[in-house]
Amino acid sequence: MSQALVEIRQVTKHYSRGKQKVEVLHGLTLDIPKGDFVALMGPSGSGKTTLLNLIGGLDQPSSGQVLIGGQRIDSMSSGQLAKWRAANVGFVFQFYNLLPVLSAERNVELPLLLTGLGAAERLKRANVALEIVGLKDRARHKPKELSGGQEQRVAIARALVSDPSLLVCDEPTGDLDRKTADEILRLLQQLNQDYGKTIVMVTHDPKAAEFARRTLHLDKGTLAEQAA
Amino acid sequence: MKYLRLVWASLWRKKTRALLTLLSLICAFLLFGLLQALGAFFNAGADFVGASRLIVQSRVSFTDSLPIRMLPQIEAVPGVKAVSHDQWFGGVKDENTQIIAFASDPKRLRIVYPEWVMSDAEWESFANTKTGAIVGRNLANQYGWKVGDKLPLKSNIFPQQDGSMAWTFDIVGIFDGKDQSWQNQTQSLYINWAYFDEANQFGRGTAGVFAVQLEDINRANEVAQAIDKLFLNSPDETKTQSERDFNKAFFSQIGDIGLIVSLILLAVFFTILILTGNTMAQAVRERIPEMAVLKTLGFSNGLVTTLVLAEALLLCLLGGLVGMTLATLALSGLAQAVPGFFGAVRADGLVWLQALAAMLGLALAVGLPPALRAGRIRIVDALAGR
Repeated sequence: MSQALVEIRQVTKHYSRGKQKVEVLHGLTLDIPKGDFVALMGPSGSGKTTLLNLIGGLDQPSSGQVLIGGQRIDSMSSGQLAKWRAANVGFVFQFYNLLPVLSAERNVELPLLLTGLGAAERLKRANVALEIVGLKDRARHKPKELSGGQEQRVAIARALVSDPSLLVCDEPTGDLDRKTADEILRLLQQLNQDYGKTIVMVTHDPKAAEFARRTLHLDKGTLAEQAA
Repeated sequence: MKYLRLVWASLWRKKTRALLTLLSLICAFLLFGLLQALGAFFNAGADFVGASRLIVQSRVSFTDSLPIRMLPQIEAVPGVKAVSHDQWFGGVKDENTQIIAFASDPKRLRIVYPEWVMSDAEWESFANTKTGAIVGRNLANQYGWKVGDKLPLKSNIFPQQDGSMAWTFDIVGIFDGKDQSWQNQTQSLYINWAYFDEANQFGRGTAGVFAVQLEDINRANEVAQAIDKLFLNSPDETKTQSERDFNKAFFSQIGDIGLIVSLILLAVFFTILILTGNTMAQAVRERIPEMAVLKTLGFSNGLVTTLVLAEALLLCLLGGLVGMTLATLALSGLAQAVPGFFGAVRADGLVWLQALAAMLGLALAVGLPPALRAGRIRIVDALAGR
C-alpha cells in the first residue's frame, strides 16, 4: 500500500457567494495509497464533500494539483474529466441515486453504455456485479421494489461494474439503519480487502469510520489529525 | 441504439403525462395529415391529367347559367365525344332537408355518365316521363322511396309558372353506381330537364353546366382551351376545367381553404408547441439529479444533451407517425366513401415529408431548450440540490 493512488497537492477551493468569496479548502495536501480505505470525518462545512468531489473529478480546485494514479485531473476539460470518471472512479451516494425507471441490472449497466461492449456482455457484467453485492436474484426489480439497503447494494454494484480502481462514497450509510449500514460497510470492506479497491468514504458516523483502515479529520478546510 | 432503452424508459417516467402528451401529438398530426392533404389539394394548380370529363361553366361563376344553344357548338369541338347538361335544382324535402337534385337530359346523362347503372326500361321510362325522376340507391334507401312513388320536392331557386316553389315528380327509376366507390355516391337524384325547363318560371333554355365526355383523356387540356376560345368575347364566356377541379372550386366557395387550413394548423402547432414544450421542460426539471448522476458516471455534457433531444424526438416521432397513419387511413376511407371529391385528396409523399419536417422541427423546438439546460447542469450543484 505504499504507492499513492490519490495525491492532493496544496489544494485550495473557494466558492463565490454573491460578492463574498468563501474558501472551503486551504492549501490541503494529502496522499492516499493504493488499496487504502479512508474515512473522511469532520463537522458540517469542514470541506469533506468538497474534497471528495475533487478526488472523484466532479469538481476542480481553485489552485493546487489533484493527481489520481499519477494523472493530473485538475487541469482536464469537462469532457476529459467525464471520460476519466467513467474509466477510473465509482461513486456511491447517500441516497443511492438510482434511476427509478430502470431495473437493478439496467441501472448497473449504465456505466458500461459508455464502453464499446456489446449488449450481452454488458448485461453479463452487470449481473456479475450484482452477484458480488449479493443481489443477483433482484436483478429485474425496479428501485422502488427494493429496500434501502438493497438499493445501496445496487448503487455499489453500479460503482463496481466498470472495475474502477477508486471508489468514492459520500455518506453511504447515512440513510440506513444500523444493521443495514453495517452490512453495507462490511461489503465495502470486502471490496477493499478482496478486490483491492481504494475507497474514500465521507461519513459523520464514527461507527462507520471504524470499518475503514484509517480516518482523516477535516476541520475548517484543513486536515486536523490523522488517526490509525 | 444502446441508449434507446434509457431514452424510452425516461419518456415513460410519468406514464399518464406521457400518454396525454402523446395523445395530443397524435391528434395534432392527425389534423395535420388531413388538413395538409386538403390544403395541398386546394393549393395545387389546374390538373387535367387523367381527366375523363370536363365541366363547362360560366366564366363569371357556376351560379350563372349558360344558354342551352351552346350545346351543339361544344359538341362540335374536336375531341368532344358527348355532352350533357345539368341544372342545380336546389331541392328541399319537407321544410329544410337539402336534397342534391339536378335537372338533366336523360339520354345525354346516360351517355356521359355511364357510371350510373339502371335497367334499360328505367332509362326509357325516365326519358319518356315528363315528370319522371330517378333516385340514387342510397338516397332512396335513406327515405324509403321506390319506383312508382310520388315525390314532392320544393326548389329554393326555381318557382313554377304559377309561382309555386312546390314541385311533384314521379320516381321512375333507382340508379346504382358501377362499382363500390360510385355506389357510395348514389346520394343524389335527377329530374327530367325538358319538363323542368318548360314548367319553371325563369331562366328557360339554360343549363348550369355542361359535362363534356372526351374522346381521348390525353387531349383534355387542348379541348378545354378550344371550348373557352370558342366563347371568348361573347356574352357567355366559359371556364372549362376537369371534373376534379370543378369539385375543388365548388368547395372553395366556403373561402380560401388553403389559408384556412394554414391558420388552423398554425394554431394547432402553436398549442402543441407550448404543451409539449412545457411537458419536456417539466420532465427534465424533475430529473436534474438523475442527469447529474449520469454525468457523474461519465456521460458527457453533449451525450446528456443528445439523450434529452432524443427523448423529445422519440415523443414527436411516435405521436407524429401514429397521427399521420390515422390521417392516411381516414383519407383513404373518405376516398372510398366520397371518391368524387376526396378521391383526389390524399396524404401523399409530399404531405408525409412535410409531416416529418414538422416532427423534427417540433422536436427541436420543444427539446432543445431543456436539452441544453440538461447539458449545462453542474454535477456538484445538482447533487447538492442547488
